[in-house]
Amino acid sequence: MADQAEKGRQATAAPSPYAIELKGISKAFGPVQANRDINIAVPRGTIHGIIGENGAGKSTLMSILYGFYKADAGQILINGTVTPIPDSQSAIRAGIGMVFQHFKLVQNFTVLENVILGAEDGFQLSTSLSKARKALEALSRDYELDVDPDALIEDLSVGHQQRVEILKALYRQAEILILDEPTGVLTPAEADHLFRILKGLKEQGKTIILITHKLREIMEATDNVSVMRRGTMVDTVKTAETSPEQLAELMVGRKVLLEVEKKPAAPGRTILKVEDLRVKDEHGVERLKGVSFEIRTGEILGIAGVAGNGQSELLAALGGMAKATGRIEMNGAALPVAGRGADGQSRRTAGIAHVPEDRHHYGLILDFSAWENVAFGYHNDPKYQKNALFMDNAALRADTEAKMATFDVRPPIPALAAKNFSGGNQQKIVVAREIERNPELLLVGQPTRGVDIGAIEFIHKQIVALRDQGKAILLVSVELDEIMSLSDRIAVMFDGQIMGFRDPETTNERELGLLMAGMSGEAA
Amino acid sequence: MERLPRWADLMLVPLISLALAAIISAIVIVAIGQDPLEALNTMVTGAVGSAYGWGYTLYYTTSFIFTGLAVTVAFHAGLFNIGGEGQAQLGGLGVALVCLSMNWPHWALALPAAAIGAALFGAAWAAIPAYLQAKRGSHIVITTIMFNYIASAFLVYMLVDVLRPAGQMDPATANFPPGTELPTLNHIPGLSLVFTKGVPANVTLFVALAAAVAVWALLWHTRLGYQIRAFGKSEPAARYAGINPFRIIMIAMLISGGLSGLMAINNVMGEAGRLVQNSSEGAGFIGIAVALMGRNHPVGVVLAAVLFGFLYQGGAELGLWTSIPIELRTVVQGLVILFTGALDQMVRMMLTWAFSFRSPSQARGA
Repeated sequence: MADQAEKGRQATAAPSPYAIELKGISKAFGPVQANRDINIAVPRGTIHGIIGENGAGKSTLMSILYGFYKADAGQILINGTVTPIPDSQSAIRAGIGMVFQHFKLVQNFTVLENVILGAEDGFQLSTSLSKARKALEALSRDYELDVDPDALIEDLSVGHQQRVEILKALYRQAEILILDEPTGVLTPAEADHLFRILKGLKEQGKTIILITHKLREIMEATDNVSVMRRGTMVDTVKTAETSPEQLAELMVGRKVLLEVEKKPAAPGRTILKVEDLRVKDEHGVERLKGVSFEIRTGEILGIAGVAGNGQSELLAALGGMAKATGRIEMNGAALPVAGRGADGQSRRTAGIAHVPEDRHHYGLILDFSAWENVAFGYHNDPKYQKNALFMDNAALRADTEAKMATFDVRPPIPALAAKNFSGGNQQKIVVAREIERNPELLLVGQPTRGVDIGAIEFIHKQIVALRDQGKAILLVSVELDEIMSLSDRIAVMFDGQIMGFRDPETTNERELGLLMAGMSGEAA
Repeated sequence: MERLPRWADLMLVPLISLALAAIISAIVIVAIGQDPLEALNTMVTGAVGSAYGWGYTLYYTTSFIFTGLAVTVAFHAGLFNIGGEGQAQLGGLGVALVCLSMNWPHWALALPAAAIGAALFGAAWAAIPAYLQAKRGSHIVITTIMFNYIASAFLVYMLVDVLRPAGQMDPATANFPPGTELPTLNHIPGLSLVFTKGVPANVTLFVALAAAVAVWALLWHTRLGYQIRAFGKSEPAARYAGINPFRIIMIAMLISGGLSGLMAINNVMGEAGRLVQNSSEGAGFIGIAVALMGRNHPVGVVLAAVLFGFLYQGGAELGLWTSIPIELRTVVQGLVILFTGALDQMVRMMLTWAFSFRSPSQARGA
């Protein structure tokens, strides 16, 4: 970090080789120091990765650069000139474009209309539209962006929508492009395409900042990488001269096991049997189209697939949250799939615990305290009742304290509202609640989404430990690495169906990627 | 996002909101050529300056506690029950039917029976909108408002065609038998030393306070309350946890309607001694403001109910002793509701801004 920043300082006299330099940036939110004396210099025409755990201050730093927050101290230099960025309009004028994790597109506008939104010039829309059309066609051609200007956003795939966001930035003459966790929603193939686009942009002299928590992407796509930890910039290194292990250690501040250590599975009898399970959404569209599989005790079945291909509906049906048709058999006895008995309480009684995909939406009540959340779903448990009338809040608090100690939840304050914990600690609360039930079958959806590396390692260990106790686990994840390293068997879902089963020992990412895209090597 | 210290949020925000309402009220009073200080003096003296004034203020407070709690319970289930007015009028019908059903020997027997009647009728009136919401998705705000009108029309029919004694001129029931007369505060041993003159506040006040304690225990110390609050915060999460939405909507609204209905033992049984048209006099609507200002907590509801009791009684005094028209009472109440209920977020934002200057290192951040 020091020598990079030093170079940056010396270079300011001559025309700067750096597109962006941040010097001594600090930002506090109350007692929380989100950024502390950050120095970073991004050479022009490079892809610069910024990695760090959740809460390391990456987003805050980028928000300062894009004018959402004002830094308490420090300077921003664009091309060697000190440039104050009080708002995002100034950032755009300074040539900075941002592609957010959650796209900011108008769903029922065309690509063209979205691109000119906020950049319309002239009284008549048609003049800016035709001007934009020409520019867009040129941009699409130059950078392999491959987007139809007249397509409606709602008809586009997520990967295409992301390219529209990039087009928006380029149309505004962005020279510096910031991408915040861009691959979270993409298939491996789409991600590869995105990186090709970014490399093309780089060759044209654009500067790209890539914020991600995926080490693989950093290694693949970037020239330099800066590592942040707890609000400080720990180090900036050349990507070619580092390794994922070294980066992970820098991020967490200690050695991290990237590979999950696990013994070979010892599967026993079949515990869950699913036959021809189908789920329709509220519009009557079938989202899960006849899925059949079995899970045995002491086995982790991983469900791979791009988000939105029926995995959520599968979890919902198994967890008693959605009406389904077909057959679910637990321990040889059929469970109701719709109507009476097909609810979360009955499923829990049947020995099924569920770590839902979206902890904010389902797994937690964010306004509730941690101890209230520990009872969530298990509020009828006799051990939480004082008598027939009242709940035993004191027992619940004590139980929460114990769980927080076992699962290393920080801060270990049962009365703190769930929303005030970091993503990783929120997930630990959910995982603690479900795993400590010692369920016969654990449904886990996206167990490490938005969770920092240290917590990921911990949660993975817990899941494997549960398997080693002879419990069955259904793991749904869009992170292929996670599926590959945790699962004992992999099922790939596409368009509401299982495209095939694979053995993680013998398959590879390419094969799984093809299955995830609906291209099947076998008759599905 | 900077946040306010808790004490400022709970104490300063309502006080500043009230002060703003008072200032605007004063401007209105000046504008109609009256003296705002005289008006304030009249209100304070009349409402809280004597035991007699308190006797009236607390009578209104009692009603507002019930309707405020009703809104609170529904609110925690994520439901906005605007139908307190209609539910309270139906509660009045329940009270009237119980009180007129027999010659009650003693009020201590009549009170629980009338309370059950009031709660049952109020709950029944809330049950239909609740069912429509839970099963049909008809929005409860719309249906409860409509049910206020239906209740009002239904009561006119009952009072004119069914319950009116033959030969009586006005649309009202017969007077209740003497055995249903509730002791007012001036008839309660001990309190009679303070309240020397006859006042309308009666034993129902204690029922209301007990209801506030019960609602607190229900919401924060029972499984049902836990499920109500969880459902109110997040319906998808409640479904994940296996909480039955239909059951929670029905139970929360039945409790809410029952609390609104209970108000009738204060005004119909305790004060009027017969059921008249429009018996609830807007208390159902005041309950919304009381719950908003009381931050949907029973303690807050009781405090806010006292404030609105003061406004009601003080406002009546204005009409009595000054040349300020009685309609001004409605204006003042409207301003208080506007500032404490609808605009308190504005006050909170300004305070947050002010606090961020005072102590940047102490403000809590995300």
